[in-house]
Order: sequence, then C-alpha cells, then structure tokens
Amino acid sequence: MRPRALILGGGGLILVLGTMLGVGAWRSGDLPWQQEQAAISGIRAADLGAMSWQLTSHEGETVRPQDWIGTPSLVFFGFTWCPDVCPMTLLNISDWLEDLGPDADRLAVHLFSVDPERDSPAVLADYLANFDPRITGLTGTPDEVAHAAQAFDVTYRRVPRDDGDYTVDHTAGVFVFGTDGRLSSIIDLHEDPQFAVPKIRQALNDEG
Amino acid sequence: MLKLIAATLGMAAVLPAMAHAECAEVSQGDLSISAAWSRATIGTARPAVFYVTIQNNGSTEDRLIGIETPVAGMPMLHETVLSDGVASMPHADQISIAAGETVSLAPGSYHGMLMDLNEALTEGESFPMTLQFQNAGTLTIDTDVVSIREREAPCAPAP
Repeated sequence: MRPRALILGGGGLILVLGTMLGVGAWRSGDLPWQQEQAAISGIRAADLGAMSWQLTSHEGETVRPQDWIGTPSLVFFGFTWCPDVCPMTLLNISDWLEDLGPDADRLAVHLFSVDPERDSPAVLADYLANFDPRITGLTGTPDEVAHAAQAFDVTYRRVPRDDGDYTVDHTAGVFVFGTDGRLSSIIDLHEDPQFAVPKIRQALNDEG
Repeated sequence: MLKLIAATLGMAAVLPAMAHAECAEVSQGDLSISAAWSRATIGTARPAVFYVTIQNNGSTEDRLIGIETPVAGMPMLHETVLSDGVASMPHADQISIAAGETVSLAPGSYHGMLMDLNEALTEGESFPMTLQFQNAGTLTIDTDVVSIREREAPCAPAP
C-alpha cells in the first residue's frame, strides 16, 4: 500500500469509529446538549392545569394553580431575606411591566417564597409594599411550599450560615405561563430585557 | 437670540450633571474606590447589601479581602453564582482586582452582604464602609443608601 492510501484508509477508519461513538452517545442521551434538552423538556411539561398545590397570598387569600388558567402569568421563586438576586428580579419585572404598558395589567405576577419559615403572608406584604403593586406574594406551610415547588420542578435548599442564620439557594429564572396554563418560556436572571419583554408578549398574544 | 442659544446649551450641559452627581471617590496607593451604595432596609432583620466600584491604576494585582462597617455586626463578601439555573451566594474569600482593571461589586455579581444590622438603613442617609486590601491597606468610603427599588449608584463615577 502506498503511503497516501494508508493515510486515507486510516482517516476513513477514524471517521467511521468517530461516527459510531457519536451515534452511541447520541442514542444513550449522553451528550451534554441532550441532557440540557431533557431538563428543559421536563420543565416545559409544566402545566398549571395538572398541578394540585395550594398556597396563601400576601393578602391572605387561598391560591390554586387553576386560578391562573385563562390569564397569562409570571412566576418566580425567591425570598425576602435575599439581598441581591431577589430585589434584582423584582426590579427587572417592574421594568418589564412598565415596558409592556397597559397590556401588563392582563398578567398575573407572583413571587413564590422558598422560605416559608420566615416569609409569612404578613412579612411578604410588608416587603412587597415596596415594589410594583401588581406583584402578588405566595407562601404556605413548609410542606405546602415543598409540594408546589416540586410541581414546578424548582430547586431550593436551605444553606446554614456561620452565625446560625441561613440563606436559601433557589431556581432564579422567571417562568412565563400562557393562558392555557402551559409553560411558554423561562426568562433567565441575566437575560437582556430586549429578549425578556417579547417572551412575555408572546404569552399575552397567545391569549387569542 | 444668541443669549437663548447660549442658555439652552448651558442647560443641556447642566442637566445631566444634576441628574447624576459625581460619586465620592477615595484613593490610596494604586487603588481608587467610588460609587459606594446600598439599598434601604425594612427594619434590621434582613441583611443589607453593599456595592462599590474599585479601580486598580497600578501595575500589580491587588485583592479585596474584607469589609467592615459600624452598621453591621457581620459584613461579608459574597458572590451570586448561577449553576443549572439555581442561584447561590457563596462567601468570596477575596476579590481580585488585576493591574489596570476596574471591578464592580454590582447586582447579580460580587456584593457585600451586611448581616446583623445594628440599625435600619434609611434612604437618603449614608454610612462608612472600610474595605481591606492585601496591598493598598484599608480605605473607607461613604456609602449612599438609596431606595429599595434602585438598581444602580445614585451618582456617576468620576471621569
């Protein structure tokens, strides 16, 4: 065999092997983007109509997921002891509501507390009084909150601090639900407002 | 007419300056710190936040290694980190400021977390914050307390 044929043959073999390995990884779902897709599709399946939780609003009213069907809604997860991420999210949402103009009045916007031990309805009310009045706070017993968070496939965990106090790690995105109660999109914490507002508009326009 | 044009131009020059007063700036060695701000708190139970801009004009790296203030018993440096969509706030042992670089403690990133507040922080007031650097030593800056609804310093960094 001449050297050139050897190189070609070797290259071909590598190509075939590479393709086989690649197909193997693809079929087993091991590729990073596939895992990401799977995670997203899990959340994408979120459907308010199929959820069964019950929480209490900062005004003391009982709230169930079915209450939001027929209304486009935003839900985000946080707690009032959070000094950086939560005020930032609340301010982002206030800006989006302003950008949306009168259309924003058709949206239901909810801060879902992942710190039920400290965030009672009264504590939420006290805190939310400082932000856009269209934002409703939700809380409940630790069990109620855990059950509801699970329905949204949301992660939160209590992290103890050195001084005996604690903070809470939590999912930071804002979930956008359409009128049909199905997840329409998620707005990431650092997402550019030029992408955030159209995502909400999409849910508003799907209203039909 | 000329007077009117001159007056208009004059106003145009003055207006932005009025909207954004120049930030207090403190310098020592190669470091300059400015635009120190915090948000008003509801009472003293919840932690407050501290943001600032640090400029390293020198040719060697420096590191912010701690913060101290009379308004909080336990001020710490933290960093907001997003991992798989989950936000956490680990303690930052030190924050590097590379030679010639500017680093901002800003919303969604590095920030000071002021725990065990001795007093509520009120909009319009200010408090001193002392920053400890590995090389430059300690610098103290007046920190402006702004509304809980603000997302940036109430002043523009000095030109």
